[in-house]
Formats: sequence, C-alpha cells, structure tokens
Amino acid sequence: MYSALFAAGIDNHLWYALPLIIVVSLVYAATRHEQVVPILTHAVRVGLWIIGFMAVIFVLMLLISWWL
Amino acid sequence: MSEQPDSEQSVDLKDPALAAFLAWLVPGLGHLYQGRIVKAGLFFVCIMGTFVYGLYLGGSKELGWGRVVYFSWGQEKRLPYLCQVGIGLPAVPALVQAGRMEGLKKVWLGGFMAPPRAQSAGPPQLDSYGKPIDPNFDQPTANTLHERLHYYFDLGTVYTMIAGLLNILAIYDAWGGPVFGERKKV
Repeated sequence: MYSALFAAGIDNHLWYALPLIIVVSLVYAATRHEQVVPILTHAVRVGLWIIGFMAVIFVLMLLISWWL
Repeated sequence: MSEQPDSEQSVDLKDPALAAFLAWLVPGLGHLYQGRIVKAGLFFVCIMGTFVYGLYLGGSKELGWGRVVYFSWGQEKRLPYLCQVGIGLPAVPALVQAGRMEGLKKVWLGGFMAPPRAQSAGPPQLDSYGKPIDPNFDQPTANTLHERLHYYFDLGTVYTMIAGLLNILAIYDAWGGPVFGERKKV
C-alpha cells in the first residue's frame, strides 16, 4: 500500500504545479517590493496562499465527488 | 550602514515608456536599463525559465521543439498566443513561421514554433515534377500534435501562457515601479 501511495506521489501531474507556484510567487512579490528580503518573504506568503487555495478547491472537489 | 526600509526605497525609473518596451522585448531588460540588476535577473530567470520549460514540454525530437507556441488566425484561432506574446521577442519566431507557412515557404529550424499543417484528406498534391506543392507537407497536423504529445501539449501551452502573462506584471513594474516602493522625485 505504501509503495502504491509513493508511486502515486511520484507520478502525479500536480508536481507540474510546483515550479509554477514558485515562479508566480516570486514574480508577483517582485512587483510589490524592491529589496530582496521583502521579496522573498512576500513570495513565501503568496506561495502558501496559492497552496492553501488549491487545497480548499481539492477538498471541495473531493466532497462533491463523494456526494455525486 | 543602515538599511533603508522597503517602503522608503526610491527607484529611478529613467524613461518608463522605454523601460516598459524593453521589458516586453526581453524579460528583465527594462529593469537592467533602469539599473535594477537583481530584479532584472529574477524576472529573466523566472519568466524565461518557465517559457523555455514550456517549449520543452510542448515538443519532442521527432516533432520538433516549441510546438505549443504558434500563431494561427485562420481556421483555428490560437488564442493562447495572445498570452504567450506577452513575453515579447522570444515568441516572435511564431509570427515568422506562420508567415512562411502561409506563403508556402519551407518553415525554418525543423518547424520550431511553426503552426501545425491543415488537416488534409488525401496524399499531398504534386506539381508536374512530382514534388509536393506544399513544402511543409511533412509538418504535423494539430491532431498529430495532440496525439503524440498527449497532455504535454496542454502543459506546455499553460507554462508558456503563464510566462507571457507574468511578463506583463514585469512590464508594469518597469513602467510604474514597485507597488510598495516610492518613485524618485525628479
């Protein structure tokens, strides 16, 4: 079971979202600040916000799939 | 040396219109012109990296690279190109290739950023010497691209679209400066 979960984790299309989340967070934060430290701090916040948003959508879809 | 708080950071935008144009031309070039080296590097690496990875995903050795960035406004309206062209010069080869395809000239670089060939029912039409009239008869059709690249076609499209859209943010930053910063008074 663990190997199946591990395989599902490795071979998951969601991994393609990770570079996008990093890049979008960095570029968005860089348009807000001029110095490196505030850019990185803001980027982490934006990244976490995006992941949280995706998680909420995931849970919603999961619940809908259970009901349907 | 005391560090200036971010909110009080003043930025010399030089000529904002020129900086915005340069930022569109190549990601980060507008910031380089303004002397904002770190941000120029960050924008260039992030945006070009995303675009190039999208080109890699949306292509193959067999089909040619960069198959997801192409211009077509005939039968198929390639709307993603409107987002992709936000990256500027790196997306311009698609316009050249579309022009060559339209003018029945052989596309360059093995079809890099060339639009897919229109779907034809039969074998290619031949001229009196037995050569195909369309020099691009060997180019893949849209169906072939989708079939061979599978979901990588969509992934490559999304990556290159996001790169183009992110560059619009960078262009705005080159033109107007950072949101929480302060422009240098002239």
